[in-house]
Amino acid sequence: MATCGQFKTTYREDIKVWKTLWLKSWFAFLFMLMILFPILNPADCYLLYITNICGIAVIGSIGLNMLSGVTGQISIGHAAFLAIGAYTSAILTATLKFPFPIALIISGFVAALLGLVVGLPSMRIKGLYLLLSTMAFYFITLYVLVHWKSLTGGVEGIEVQTKIGSFELDTDLKFYFLIMPIVVLLTAFARNFLHTKPGRACIAIRDRDIAAETIGVNLFKYKTIAFGISSFYAGIAGSLFGHYIGWITPEHFPFSLSIEYLAMIIVGGLGSVLGSIFGAIFIIAVPEGIRLISHFLSNIYPDVIMKFIDLKGVIFGLIIISFLVFEPEGLAGRWEKIKIYFKNWPYAY
Amino acid sequence: MEQSAWQSFFQLFISGLAAGSIYALIAVGFAIIYKATSVLNFAQGDLLVLGGYLCFSLMAYLNIPYIFAFLIAIGLLALMGIMIQRSILNRMIGEPIFTVVMITIGLSSVLQGLFGLFWGHEEQKIMTSAADRIIALGGVTLTMAHLIVMGVIAVLFSGFFLFFKHSRMGIAMRCTALDQDTALLMGISVKNVFSLSWAIACVVACVGGVFFGQINYMIPAMGAVGLRAFPAIVLGGLDSIGGAIIGGLTIGVLENLISGYLDVWLGGAGLKEIVPYILLLIVLLIRPYGLFGTKEIIRV
Repeated sequence: MATCGQFKTTYREDIKVWKTLWLKSWFAFLFMLMILFPILNPADCYLLYITNICGIAVIGSIGLNMLSGVTGQISIGHAAFLAIGAYTSAILTATLKFPFPIALIISGFVAALLGLVVGLPSMRIKGLYLLLSTMAFYFITLYVLVHWKSLTGGVEGIEVQTKIGSFELDTDLKFYFLIMPIVVLLTAFARNFLHTKPGRACIAIRDRDIAAETIGVNLFKYKTIAFGISSFYAGIAGSLFGHYIGWITPEHFPFSLSIEYLAMIIVGGLGSVLGSIFGAIFIIAVPEGIRLISHFLSNIYPDVIMKFIDLKGVIFGLIIISFLVFEPEGLAGRWEKIKIYFKNWPYAY
Repeated sequence: MEQSAWQSFFQLFISGLAAGSIYALIAVGFAIIYKATSVLNFAQGDLLVLGGYLCFSLMAYLNIPYIFAFLIAIGLLALMGIMIQRSILNRMIGEPIFTVVMITIGLSSVLQGLFGLFWGHEEQKIMTSAADRIIALGGVTLTMAHLIVMGVIAVLFSGFFLFFKHSRMGIAMRCTALDQDTALLMGISVKNVFSLSWAIACVVACVGGVFFGQINYMIPAMGAVGLRAFPAIVLGGLDSIGGAIIGGLTIGVLENLISGYLDVWLGGAGLKEIVPYILLLIVLLIRPYGLFGTKEIIRV
């Protein structure tokens, strides 16, 4: 059935996140599904684990998308902010005995603060040069993590405890109910942020920074805000990641992690919150798929398991290249096209 | 006592120059591609490793003598460069920089995976009779391979200078770098210029890779050395070939001197790893277009 259009009479109506009752009911359904999901398959820890990791990746990739997709400032140092979040939270809970929720929030703010510092050069430099400066920041952060042994434990890393009072978060299920509300909250914030004044300013900067400046957008202010928000998200994601896996080392935050996050927002769709979610799930799920297939194949070719990492690299690279060449709008763009197709069906447009 | 302090300084300086020549070779590759196509090639380090591995395989498995293996590897890499340009990057002309940069990052991931699949993760080294011979010059020792690399850099640089200054194609390349549209109007085949610049960058990478494989052991992840050459090109200016060479040598020397003198104070903390990046940040803040690069003028 072709819809005959929704009429909006006020600007407020236009920027509403949930425009129709139909959309609201879909979200209610999704919400129910998220609550019921772990209860429906209680025995399957593996699936729950992947879901949790996806949830964490969603937070991180929304953060990167706010910076690179929405504001157009490319950062290849996202892994550094994840690491900073993870280590801050680990150190706060282990040595200073902070309760976990407070450490989580503080780690977000510490990452955001460092994000502001990294954002400062964005006033003078942009494009490729900014990309290189975030790369330099990543390597310097990693160096500090490896060599400041008294604080970070060096290459051996540190243990991360997760306690709220006497209540210990130790199962995948408990983490699911910790991570998912945060994902929902931060997704909602990001979605709303795009419709606020700073959000629109950021989009203007991406589209043409000089034009934005001429119409009165304070470039420096909004670029810095974008850096701050992006690293706040990364800090939260990093902290959750650290607490979830229970032991963090610098090896958990390789340079390729930054690239993985960039791949998420490319595959998902630049500048789209929905795209970040799609992308994060895709990039986490594909290697798991390859792993499952290679396990399956290992009965026939025992070498396959050994080659898994290399195979993953090749497929990963091919995915990035082919999305950029053939589907530059990402999965979110494809999703829109599919929706429009069915909306207009059986007409072409 | 004074004498030996000088000697150790020179030792650090010379081995820094040797390490810097590899950076310079990578940086020249970056600069050539950036100058012509405005693409920052993140796969340059991996192309370098590919050159090394190809030469290694030709020598070890097909028993081809060193010089011929070197030349064949150079030819193969040049072809590979043209193929990359023609098949993927030609479609991306006019896309945002970010997109094209991400494509080269994807390429780097593919190449690294393929290295692992084909050559495995064991350390491999190109064995030549001359490379490991040690030469002492007034108390400063270095290997033959280091000396050859520095010679090759000198030859390459003069070659490039003549090529860009006098040859028809070189002038066409400079013209394209200056203004693509005008170059097209003047009847220059920009497509060929792009292919040629990728081919040259790959050849330079191959030369770097073969020497790299003689000095160090090669593993698939070695392409990360490319990331360490970024500071070199930023220092020299993204679009300056001479700057890339000077930047590369400077980074190599600074890296060695700083780690040689300061590591003791910091309890052997391997400062070498981040000296280039700190330098990169400083250069970006003070002189974003580098020492010899062209200052970008934005017109509305």
